[in-house]
Amino acid sequence: MNREEVARQMAVCNACRYCEGLCAVFPAMELRRTFAAGDVDYLSNLCHNCGACYHDCQYAPPHEFAINVPKAMADLREDTYATYAWPAAAQHLFQRNGFVIALSLVLAVAAFIAGFVAVSDPAALFASGTEAGAFYRVMPHNMMVVIFGGAFLFAILSIAIGVTRFWRAAGPMPVTLRSLWRAAKDAGKLRYLDGGGMGCMNENEHPNDKRRLYHHLTFYGFLLCFASTSTGTLFHYVLDWQAPYPWWTPVKIFGVLGGIGLVAGPIGLMIEKRNRLQVLKSEDQGFGAAFLWILLLLGLSGLVLTAFRATPAMGLLLALHLGVVFAFFVTMPYGKFVHGIYRFAALMRHAHEQFAEHGEQVPPPKQPLPRQPAE
Amino acid sequence: MTYDVLIAGGGNAALCAAISAAKGGASVCIVEAAPKAWRGGNTRHTRNCRLAHDEGNGILTGPYPVEEYMEDLMRVTKGVTDEELAALTLERSKEVWDFLAENGVHFQPSLGGTLSLGRTNAFFMGGGRSMLNALYRTAEDLGVVVYYDAAVTGLEIEDGFFLAADVTHGWDGDSPKADRIEARAFVAAAGGFEANIEWLTEAWGPAAQNFLIRGTPYNTGGLLRLLMDAGVQTTGEPDQCHAVAVDGRAPKFDGGIVTRLDCVPFGVVLNADAKRFYDEGEDFWPKRYAIWGRLVAAQPDQVGHVIIDAKSFDLFMPSVFPPETANTLEELATKIGLDPEQMRQTVDTFNAACVPGAFDHTVHDECHTEGLEPPKSHWARPISEPPFYAYTLRPGITFTYMGVKVNRDARVVMENGTVSPNLFAAGEIMAGNILGQGYLAGIGMTIGSVFGRIAGTEAARHVRN
Ligand SMILES: Cc1cc2nc3c(=O)[nH]c(=O)nc-3n(C[C@H](O)[C@H](O)[C@H](O)COP(=O)(O)OP(=O)(O)OC[C@H]3O[C@@H](n4cnc5c(N)ncnc54)[C@H](O)[C@@H]3O)c2cc1C
Ligand code: SF4
Ligand code: SF4
Repeated sequence: MNREEVARQMAVCNACRYCEGLCAVFPAMELRRTFAAGDVDYLSNLCHNCGACYHDCQYAPPHEFAINVPKAMADLREDTYATYAWPAAAQHLFQRNGFVIALSLVLAVAAFIAGFVAVSDPAALFASGTEAGAFYRVMPHNMMVVIFGGAFLFAILSIAIGVTRFWRAAGPMPVTLRSLWRAAKDAGKLRYLDGGGMGCMNENEHPNDKRRLYHHLTFYGFLLCFASTSTGTLFHYVLDWQAPYPWWTPVKIFGVLGGIGLVAGPIGLMIEKRNRLQVLKSEDQGFGAAFLWILLLLGLSGLVLTAFRATPAMGLLLALHLGVVFAFFVTMPYGKFVHGIYRFAALMRHAHEQFAEHGEQVPPPKQPLPRQPAE
Repeated sequence: MTYDVLIAGGGNAALCAAISAAKGGASVCIVEAAPKAWRGGNTRHTRNCRLAHDEGNGILTGPYPVEEYMEDLMRVTKGVTDEELAALTLERSKEVWDFLAENGVHFQPSLGGTLSLGRTNAFFMGGGRSMLNALYRTAEDLGVVVYYDAAVTGLEIEDGFFLAADVTHGWDGDSPKADRIEARAFVAAAGGFEANIEWLTEAWGPAAQNFLIRGTPYNTGGLLRLLMDAGVQTTGEPDQCHAVAVDGRAPKFDGGIVTRLDCVPFGVVLNADAKRFYDEGEDFWPKRYAIWGRLVAAQPDQVGHVIIDAKSFDLFMPSVFPPETANTLEELATKIGLDPEQMRQTVDTFNAACVPGAFDHTVHDECHTEGLEPPKSHWARPISEPPFYAYTLRPGITFTYMGVKVNRDARVVMENGTVSPNLFAAGEIMAGNILGQGYLAGIGMTIGSVFGRIAGTEAARHVRN
């Protein structure tokens, strides 16, 4: 259904092309005359949902052509995550994603606390932790590595299979360094969230850059947290220096800055989501909101743990934080997290297609024909 | 209610006038007949604007001097233009890019398939509706008051002096409400009368019933009629307009750009009698695009059918509606309601007349017909490879030219030759001053922007004095 709707709208856009300069979707559409399943799935993930083409469209409702590209794309995009998910049995998780996330979160945290109590002596759970190794008296490091490493590897595998299926569905295409680099730049800057230069049109036809800012805070906040965890792992294995670390180490600085981003960004995005123009809202099954909540909890629990690690609350806060991290890992392949991966793949395909069609220049120079008369 | 300047209309001309008047210090009110979702008349369907410029600028690929622009205009209008006003329009079109950009409009390189306009025409990023959104934002920031769903339905004009207008709110609904708005100056920017089938019928006869209106249903010429009744001089012929052949399945109104069909040069066009009636390969499509509206309007039932075959299908811009498809010509004829035998005969005769040669749709190639009337001068290839495709053509009216006569200040000229001190007109409603006939891609917006700015500036000046 959503696929047919996108194909229908793209046929109108392809005869119109007024939005050509707004984003990547329209130049990609112009390379096609028909829109098969893999094509529309790809195009939907190329759309950044900036809303500009809705306000700019002379065929938007109440026009009988009823063109609303942002919504059609968003509806389909949410389907695609389930369509390509692996294992297939997990596809239905997308339909009740908010619930699944909440549930796994609670279960995970509960399991941790129970596990701690059983494994270590219950007294350790309420000890404050400032000296080296304090965290690992609560939970042995190796056990942490096995549990989290396992969950993480499974998530990676599952996502990799999903995105590979997504990639193949739109037709064979090589992955080149050039398109990879281009996609990294476009994704890093959120190049296509700017409505062709004016800004994102979220609430009404007055553009602004708030969603881009909040997304940057979230995304770079997340990367910093990831960097913090990675440096922590290096400290542990390479320097043989055990957590907790003093504030001036990269582990802490990355972690705190990232945590702030992960709190401010998702809050901003939640507000923007609530304020979004009603007709642009997708039939979201709630996994967008669930993902923002879990990111927010991730940032918040990390910051609180840092702030109160010298108190007896450390054990419980650690359990909470690790619980959130664990829930994040488990639900990663079956929630909004994958949008970033699919978007990146779509940007890479787009870059490659455009290079192949038009050479270096993007936006492309126009081929002289077919000619379109003008008025 | 009283304002310095009252403006009727909500398209490009009205907005350019409103912004200029507000910047000139006047209090400005816009009344737009359409509800907000449909605001902006035909402007919402546009994509570019033809501007004179002495140098390219990265988006416009090269210079387009006023002299060259003038030659182009003279060629298409065959000299039927007010040369003084035409020269003024083209000269002042040089300022339009900066004016629009200053007021929030973004531009982009010419759209896919319109390379031929990359030098002369400035394309709006996101099209005409995006351009309008920017102008409305600017106008609102300048304090311009905008009423939607509010049409001017009466004018108080004494000896060419504007006093007040009757404005009907919710005029389309069950409980219309009329208001009298006084103003010290009035700008008429309410478009042409292309959506008024009755009026078109007066000029075109019953054929007009079969015309499709490509733009807004709100341009019914009501204001033009009021002005005519108040003794304003008109210019231009009522049957002069921009008309093209569009897909016959297009909606009656607001089908806009997508109902355009670019397949004519690749096939044959048959009328309701399944006979050809004009050289489909006379020239490149952009150059012949605008004559086919009139050609089809002159055929029985105002209909034409383009027939192409499999080898041509990918050569033109995709169409918004899929074509009728069949594996034999007879089957296709039945599907589109033509006599199968006659269609077969017409196509066979055409096929037999095609001289073999190298086909190249990018140049005037050597594929033409011999001994055929009417001939097909280029791109003539036998229609022989199934599947066969058919598109139906109907005349689509873009906009009408007849309007009110104005002077260099955009002031309206009365029947007795005097010039109104405080009545101004801009856009389609006065386009006939410049376009007596013919059309030049992108000049509709130029006329509206140039005269909209002049009208707004002069109206504000009048109010200040
Ligand atoms: C499909 C299509 C594509 C086009 N493409 C181009 C292009 O690319 N470039 C170009 O230069 N030109 C193009 N044109 C022509 C162009 O649209 C017009 O020349 C231009 O928009 C005229 O501007 P305007 O402001 O005079 O009229 P409009 O934009 O039509 O505005 C007239 C306004 O007046 C309002 N109105 C009508 N009656 C009343 C009343 N009684 N009271 C109050 N308000 C009233 C209407 O609602 C409307 O908002 C195109 C036209 C069409 C239909
Ligand atoms: S969204 Fe509307 S204006 Fe933009 S290309 Fe599609 S049909 Fe045209
Ligand atoms: S990115 Fe913006 S302009 Fe592009 S398709 Fe999506 S909503 Fe439309």
